[in-house]
Amino acid sequence: MSLIIGMSILLGCQFLGEVLSLALSLPIPGPVIGMLILLVGLVIRGSVPTSLRSTGEGLLKYLTLLFVPAGVGLIEHVGLIRQEFWILLVTLVLSAAVTLWVTSQVMQRLAQRNDKSQEEEA
Amino acid sequence: MSPLPLGQVWVYLAASPLLHLFATLIAFVIASRINRWAGGTPLLHPVILSIALLIAFLLLTHTDYPTYFAGAQFLHFLLGPATVALAIPLFDQRERVRRLLWPVCAGTLAGVATAVVSAVGISLVLGADHATVLSLAPKSVTSPIAMGIAEKIGGIPSLTAGLVLLTGVIGCIIGPWVLRLGRVTDPAIRGFSMGLAAHGFGTAYCFSTYGAIAGAFSGLAMGLSGLVTAFVLPPLVQLFGL
Repeated sequence: MSLIIGMSILLGCQFLGEVLSLALSLPIPGPVIGMLILLVGLVIRGSVPTSLRSTGEGLLKYLTLLFVPAGVGLIEHVGLIRQEFWILLVTLVLSAAVTLWVTSQVMQRLAQRNDKSQEEEA
Repeated sequence: MSPLPLGQVWVYLAASPLLHLFATLIAFVIASRINRWAGGTPLLHPVILSIALLIAFLLLTHTDYPTYFAGAQFLHFLLGPATVALAIPLFDQRERVRRLLWPVCAGTLAGVATAVVSAVGISLVLGADHATVLSLAPKSVTSPIAMGIAEKIGGIPSLTAGLVLLTGVIGCIIGPWVLRLGRVTDPAIRGFSMGLAAHGFGTAYCFSTYGAIAGAFSGLAMGLSGLVTAFVLPPLVQLFGL
């Protein structure tokens, strides 16, 4: 029964999210709003129901498998990818490197400052 | 009753959703085995391998993508509830987030801005097609959210899905090198940066290489960056009229 209850909670949140996204013509995907609704619900409740945890963590464990059908869709874009192969490759590599660098350096500076101010207080 | 000729059996099977759903699962199992033999290298990630196997299968059997998707859509559908389920690890990490609130917020905003601006900027400079640029914009975000964003802003969701996967693989290859170059040793910061730049692939890499704290922060970064990008990117695209 726990699978059914867990899945109902997830689908219920997604459904509410889709309805809100459409009704208010929000630029945010329905499942993302569903995630927020669930997060708010969990914070109010203060804990994760066992049924939801087993279903949700089961889904997240196989998250990579769920990407496959969409990824096979690359077959439809062979022409575009061949045409823009180097643009795509250079963009992805440079962008990943810059993103990693900026994120880690910003956090490192701030965390060091955090530690220092805590030392001064002590 | 006489048995059907093999050609007719194939025609029947190819038209039913069963075959391609089954093929997807089998491809994933084979790909996971190959990846384990190869020592878990991110270059032969199970997802990339499964996609390659399935594309080869479709080309060999002259099957078009809509026919394949009619079967595989049952797995694809689960991306929606899986996105909702990301609220669970986010909820689990709430105490840690409260403690590191300021670095986490600044890291998320700086990281998301860098990911989007660098992807759009570099591809525009290199002369990419309009739809390609829009499909690249959400590429650092976990794919259920990225595909939703691409759909909203006028990119090509299936192209975005592929670019997201490639970003994940590239992030796992160059990530450790960038972190070493920047002398980043704190596992929380390592994990957070990997999750922000390489979503679920980065998270899986962190759990196996940097340990549990890095993995948890990586998952957190994946959720937060997905959320922030989903809220910020569509209005930005409208604003700049891309």
